[in-house]
Amino acid sequence: MADYQNIFTQVQVRGPVEMGMTTDVGTQDDRAGKGGFSTLAGWIGNAQLGPIYLGYFGVISLITGTLWLNIIGFNMLAQVGWSIPEFIRQLFWLALEPPSPQYGLRMPPLNDGGWFMIASFFLLISVMCWWARSYHLAQQHKMGKHVAWAFAAAIWLFLVLGLFRPILMGSWSEMVPYGIFPHLDWTTAFSIRYGNLYYNPFHALSIVFLYGSVLLFAMHGATILAVTRYGGDRELEQIYDRGTASERAALFWRWTMGFNATMEGIHRWAWWFAVLTPITGGIGILLTGTVVDNWFIWAQEHHFAPMYDGSYGYADYGSYEAFIGQGE
Amino acid sequence: MLPKNWIPEWFDDWNAQHPTKNLLKPAILVGVGGTAVFAVAMFASWGNPLPNDSLQTGPRGTGMSVTKLTANLNTPDPTIADYYAEAPYEVAADEPLAKDIYENVQVLGDLTEGNFNRLMNSITLWVAPDQGCVYCHAGADEGNYAADDLYTKVVARSMIQMTQVINDDWYGHVNANAEVGVTCYTCHRGQNVPNNIWFRIAPVNEGVAGWSAVQNRVTAQSQFTSLPSDALEKYLLEYEPINVHTLQAHPVGGPSDPGASTWQNTERTYSLMNYFSNALGRNCVFCHNSRAFYDPAQVTPQWATASLGIAMVQELNNDWLVPLTDVLPEHRLGPIYADVPKVACKTCHQGYQKPLQGLNVIAEYPELAAPGAPVYD
Repeated sequence: MADYQNIFTQVQVRGPVEMGMTTDVGTQDDRAGKGGFSTLAGWIGNAQLGPIYLGYFGVISLITGTLWLNIIGFNMLAQVGWSIPEFIRQLFWLALEPPSPQYGLRMPPLNDGGWFMIASFFLLISVMCWWARSYHLAQQHKMGKHVAWAFAAAIWLFLVLGLFRPILMGSWSEMVPYGIFPHLDWTTAFSIRYGNLYYNPFHALSIVFLYGSVLLFAMHGATILAVTRYGGDRELEQIYDRGTASERAALFWRWTMGFNATMEGIHRWAWWFAVLTPITGGIGILLTGTVVDNWFIWAQEHHFAPMYDGSYGYADYGSYEAFIGQGE
Repeated sequence: MLPKNWIPEWFDDWNAQHPTKNLLKPAILVGVGGTAVFAVAMFASWGNPLPNDSLQTGPRGTGMSVTKLTANLNTPDPTIADYYAEAPYEVAADEPLAKDIYENVQVLGDLTEGNFNRLMNSITLWVAPDQGCVYCHAGADEGNYAADDLYTKVVARSMIQMTQVINDDWYGHVNANAEVGVTCYTCHRGQNVPNNIWFRIAPVNEGVAGWSAVQNRVTAQSQFTSLPSDALEKYLLEYEPINVHTLQAHPVGGPSDPGASTWQNTERTYSLMNYFSNALGRNCVFCHNSRAFYDPAQVTPQWATASLGIAMVQELNNDWLVPLTDVLPEHRLGPIYADVPKVACKTCHQGYQKPLQGLNVIAEYPELAAPGAPVYD
């Protein structure tokens, strides 16, 4: 029984490299690399790595993405006086910051956000090309475009943060810094500046879908792993027949909570929860600073920020002397 | 030696009928269960290994509370033990005053000889315990105390006046809810220059301008965060507005408008607030209800005391310390801009809610409680 309770995938198929089918649009010649095997990759997925289809979109995406990353890296390096040790030491603190506010929607000087604008332009091309790639490859495989549209939901949030909202606010300074700690500083400052984002209903919705996604992911992942011993991970043949792993999984939930998703439906649940997380989040961000300037006051005006009874200040709850162990 | 068949027969029989198929499962069960029982027993008998205490600062349900480790709370500020204090001497009628006895006594002339020398001795022990009188009076060994030939004496005179102003004009801050006051020791703690002074350091990044230049570096001024490193100079020297909120639901104007408060300004305010928290050893909710930082209806009385403190520090830096720029020698000035050492919350508080944990230092020094002639009770 313990054979089924593993952290890593136990079975690794090894044979000749699977080169894949020939599709209408692309041929095998479009795929780069001969393919190989990795035990490490096999633990978490398919042991075969490659070949890979790049195409024009893939090549452009990789080049512009690399340019974006390198512009950030060299700007950080310049900020520490081209000192490699300082660059490594301060890496998590360093950033490429957006322009200062006084430049509005004009192109700022290179040393005050100009490089940031150039890097952002390359990132935009890179992300859009990668999206086109996800659409194009799905088309080649005669698949639905669900992956592309899910990615588009994330891109919506990306564009709200870096394009739509800055334009509506009238300043590129509203974009998010590229840096490990600095982008977290932006997150905190953004929430505080606009009167606490927790009172933004779309932020709340986004959290619902985010946590909902986590819950659904855990339920679905656990359910399928729990029936792999009956072949539940082989979805196709499971759907047709009675008494299969899939049916056990469904009955488990029906008898647990009265309702169960179907083998197809659970993936619709997951897709919508995941996709609605950045869509609602993006709406919340887009409204912040453009339509609402102080979410707490907005919440008070709409009667969902309750006031609490009780004193402010420690004097009514204790004394400084008692707290530091002096006197009573 | 044990007899050969000391184990009862039923035990062997039971084992024979129930061969162990899987040791792993009972082993994990016994391991997890045993560890849990052990941990519960240790907590129950020895208590929490890191006991803490908390001080509620706002209404229930708001999460407003300051939590500290009991071990830290029970350890007094070590500099309290080194504090020297001497009560004033009785003043007899018609007793001659320092200004009549000594030359060049500009500030403390209304003190009697005994109290004047008592205060001078105290200041020496507070500020220059190793150097003694000669730290300020070059000719002390020859009996010449009058000359102003050392910068230390000129600075000390100004600092005595500053101390009187702090205790008098800023009474509401330094005696906020109990008599505490300040003396030289509140900042100096036996050091010639107080430990927690600050200098201007921004810009901190090379080759960039604007907001890019003043943040994203590990500095003491940013409290080792990537927040701006110029918060102290902008707010506590240059009087820039600290608040960033509009007090209405909907926006008026954009980030490029002059005087607009942007998320960048918010980061700078956050940097100052980090400094504040570390200087006092307290957290955000000691003064604010964090759900609406700006809301004057949801702050604590401590917020008012702290606001008074901000105004006090701004005045001290601009009216008392910056004017000393030309008096101080080069080695006392800042490493980058040769600016005067400046004060902020930490210079006095040094990690405690009240400096010297609320020790009443002014009670024994009425001479420092206000400008002019001392009033002895």
